[in-house]
Amino acid sequence: MKVSVTVNGVPQEHEVEPRTLLVYYIREVVGLTGTNIGCDTSSCGACTVLVDGESVKSCTMLAVQADGAEITTIEGLAGSDGQMHPMQEAFREKHALQCGYCTPGMVMAAVSLLKEHPHPTEAEVREGLEGNLCRCTGYHNIVEAVLHAASTGSVSA
Amino acid sequence: MIPAGFDYRRAATLDEALSLLADGGDEAKLIAGGHSLLPLMKLRLAAPSMLIDIGRLGDLSFVRDGGDHVVVGALTRHRDVEIDQTLRDHVPLLAHVAGQVGDPQVRHRGTIGGSIAHGDPASDLPAACLALGASFKAVGPSGERTIDASDFFLGFLETALGPDEVLTEIIVPKATGAGWSFQKFNRRAQDWAIVGVAAVRGERTGISLINMGPTPVRASATEDALAGGASAAEAAARAAEGLEPPSDLNATPEYRVHLAQVLVRRALEEASAA
Ligand SMILES: Cc1cc2nc3c(=O)[nH]c(=O)nc-3n(C[C@H](O)[C@H](O)[C@H](O)COP(=O)(O)OP(=O)(O)OC[C@H]3O[C@@H](n4cnc5c(N)ncnc54)[C@H](O)[C@@H]3O)c2cc1C
Ligand code: FES
Ligand code: FES
Repeated sequence: MKVSVTVNGVPQEHEVEPRTLLVYYIREVVGLTGTNIGCDTSSCGACTVLVDGESVKSCTMLAVQADGAEITTIEGLAGSDGQMHPMQEAFREKHALQCGYCTPGMVMAAVSLLKEHPHPTEAEVREGLEGNLCRCTGYHNIVEAVLHAASTGSVSA
Repeated sequence: MIPAGFDYRRAATLDEALSLLADGGDEAKLIAGGHSLLPLMKLRLAAPSMLIDIGRLGDLSFVRDGGDHVVVGALTRHRDVEIDQTLRDHVPLLAHVAGQVGDPQVRHRGTIGGSIAHGDPASDLPAACLALGASFKAVGPSGERTIDASDFFLGFLETALGPDEVLTEIIVPKATGAGWSFQKFNRRAQDWAIVGVAAVRGERTGISLINMGPTPVRASATEDALAGGASAAEAAARAAEGLEPPSDLNATPEYRVHLAQVLVRRALEEASAA
């Protein structure tokens, strides 16, 4: 079955089996491996990408369901000049990663969160990231980073 | 984890979905948001031979004010139910409950119709619909029919929907100004309820329970007690009467009975304070 999407602004068209999950499509067919697979059971959020601007667990969506959509992965956030996205900058600034495995998913979920809640409270950030697990339990600094990014007001996907 | 292979068809209209369902036979399944079905397919607990994608039926994604009731299209995603102003004004319980389902990523994909059609006793939205006295419109080859929420949930993951029917609308009586409460008891933020309670108290009183049996259920003994003038504490003590809650990793049946009584009391207190 044919799937046409844009990934990080680049049009992609491939023939895939209907059972191909979006995360495998992104990693193995498009070849962008920044999106991680953690649990593969819809729990951890490591695989979070934006589909038409909204956070989605890409292990729980078929590539064919995304046909026609605009997909943004962690690779698509930085500018073409390498300038980091404000959310990435905030994660660096606030030391919001340890091993980094959850980070791509956390950053994408956080970008989606700030689109819906540009000025969240700390509680809203914690609730907004409930679908993302950090095995290093760096939640404190992750929340700090999202609040910092919100305070600079420059986040848009 | 990868699902077993299947044919995939995308329905452009409701009629097309119905004829694909009729042609697909027993092995065909509708997919809306896929957030109940795909996890089951990945675990190979479900292996439909054909998926009929109704996710693009935009005509079935809406919230409409119907005067004394609100109609919600079956394909409306949890996020859109959560933030809808008509629902917030007239059926705040439903909007609130939609905002408690899973996590933001789940709410961006899962639909209210999928949640109801799946018929999981652990789900939040079916319980809210029961408490609110909602009804469901289904369309099949022989036309449409409306099924009361109280007659809809028949057994574990089993509903009154026929295999050739599509759930199209959720019709919810307005409960403007009524007291309400939603109690979801779980250990971790994104988890399903170990036990949950949805309650409405106003012109209509409805109390329903999550994960207290093979289906979403009403707490009938509590409702009867309230109708007979019992206090919140007296009525709550009867919350689990006649029910056989499941046993699983999270809780024994005895613990669930205890939780139901405590949570119903809290729900009644919160709903009366409104
Ligand atoms: C990580 C995670 C956490 C979750 N947490 C919760 C939670 O806390 N509380 C909760 O209530 N739910 C939870 N869910 C489930 C979520 O609410 C699902 O979105 C919902 O149960 C199913 O909706 P869907 O649109 O994704 O349906 P699908 O998965 O697409 O379909 C589910 C079933 O319904 C049928 N179906 C779908 N739409 C129709 C229709 N219009 N007519 C007839 N049949 C139809 C399908 O054939 C299938 O059998 C969670 C899911 C995940 C992945
Ligand atoms: S890999 Fe998708 S949620 Fe964990
Ligand atoms: S930084 Fe290691 S999992 Fe989050």
